[in-house]
Amino acid sequence: MVKKITSWLSVGLISAAALSGCETQTSEKQGAAQQASASAEDVDPRGEILALSCASCHGTDGKSVGIMPGFYGKSAPYLKTALMEFKNDERYSTVMGRHAKGYTDEEITLIADYFGGLSQQNSK
Amino acid sequence: MSQKFTRRDFNKLVIAGAAGSTLGVFGGAKPLFASQKHVVVIGGGFGGASTAKYIRKLDPSVSVTLVEPATTFYTCPFSNWVMGGLKEMKDIGRTYDVLKSAYGIEVIHEEAAEIDAANHTVKLKGGQELKYDRLVVSPGIDFDYDAIEGYSEEVANTQMPHAYKAGPQTELLTKQLQEMKDGDNVLICPPGNPFRCPPGPYERASLIANYLKKNKPNSKVVILDAKEKFSKQGLFTKGWEKLYPGLIEWRAGSAGGKITAVDPAAMTVQTSAGPVKGGVVNVIPPQRAGKIAAEAGLTNETGWCPVNPITFESTIHPGIHVIGDSCIAGAMPKSGFAASSQGKVTAASIVRLLQGKVPAPPSLVNTCYSLVGPGYGISVAAVYKLTSDGIVSIKGAGGLTPMDADDDQLSEEATYARGWYNNISQDIWG
Repeated sequence: MVKKITSWLSVGLISAAALSGCETQTSEKQGAAQQASASAEDVDPRGEILALSCASCHGTDGKSVGIMPGFYGKSAPYLKTALMEFKNDERYSTVMGRHAKGYTDEEITLIADYFGGLSQQNSK
Repeated sequence: MSQKFTRRDFNKLVIAGAAGSTLGVFGGAKPLFASQKHVVVIGGGFGGASTAKYIRKLDPSVSVTLVEPATTFYTCPFSNWVMGGLKEMKDIGRTYDVLKSAYGIEVIHEEAAEIDAANHTVKLKGGQELKYDRLVVSPGIDFDYDAIEGYSEEVANTQMPHAYKAGPQTELLTKQLQEMKDGDNVLICPPGNPFRCPPGPYERASLIANYLKKNKPNSKVVILDAKEKFSKQGLFTKGWEKLYPGLIEWRAGSAGGKITAVDPAAMTVQTSAGPVKGGVVNVIPPQRAGKIAAEAGLTNETGWCPVNPITFESTIHPGIHVIGDSCIAGAMPKSGFAASSQGKVTAASIVRLLQGKVPAPPSLVNTCYSLVGPGYGISVAAVYKLTSDGIVSIKGAGGLTPMDADDDQLSEEATYARGWYNNISQDIWG
């Protein structure tokens, strides 16, 4: 299904992409957005869009200000293990098991890689 | 609410979305700088503020103007906690300082008066005109006061508050509860589906009962519902029996619950089973898309806005994305969480469209926490994906707090409800 949707999109968007010229110019305000921002060039857009969901409970970029565990700074393998254990009911949770079951193993890998990569990128 | 798409409809939507992106680049809009793309966002709530922030985060070269009349936005989530005496108004107020200073978003505290879809322009109440490459409309809900005889905005503001937009009416309802005579009843009258925050009226009943139990032990809550069933019904009912036995009475629509008229002078509501009197009367009227969305012609016959489920771009006006309570988002409820999730997907889509790239397939999520009591939380969660049936919730995932959850789990859920509020507030308003 996902593949079909993507291909529908590709067909529809070829003209848009060709015509718009894909220009991206640095804005004067660029310095202002200092938060870790992985540009669309660097990341798998699927990983990004999956990972954005997590921030609603775990904080922007996984930097939690509440009781939910933050995962900024955690490695991709660590996050993947945790998510897989939630998914397979091997780790206790109130709601994480219910969420983790909504993602394929591949999607869990994409999410773990996104946050793992985000932390690594900023520690360079 | 869920919309059936045929593959052909779906294809049409996708192509319409793509055509919109070309128009966005070559249409009437004149960006501030020749090559700088400009996005205008109407509405600084859960949907709009999320979109504004995440556009800047994902592509700082795009300039963003957020149009929101309020300098402090009061969140509907946790406003029930204020009514129950667990929080104060200041605890649920969010400002735009961080979005301005850390994310470089231009915030204009004015009302958007008019959208000119053909010319890619938004006119503000003060007369200023904003050009956009893409517009995001996130105006929340509007109320259909006419659906209930005798009810009006004026009555809501003074005698029978809906308190379904957090702000002055939240304070009015809280004050009325405090001043109510012990022994009088609180009436809560929720509307039929679809409406904002499906578990909201029932969390409200819970936290008001919690307040009454301590402060007005001879009073109770009567829910006069237009519906036959409600969100998290089993969990709420179980919690009510445990925490507030006899203090909350729920009447289904067909059992005299549905109200047809109100009499503010007598403080009564009319039902099929006769008039019911309350010391406090909370009427939550039927709802529709925010006013500006309707005026801009973004709504269909349902009163809500049809959108391309990949980009949330209107299927009526290309170049305009409608998110949050106003849009028709398949299986997703009208919640702040859902609006924020849609806002992020829309931000990512807009960034890619402005770069001439293909948007990624959406992944959407929702969690609604409700407090039955201060240490008794319940939740419903779902993960959503796009299929040819539109946005559907993924089978085998999500769902409710288990009916047999023990006290420790329910207490943890209450703790996580607070944690969620702290993090989503930070994730949206910084």
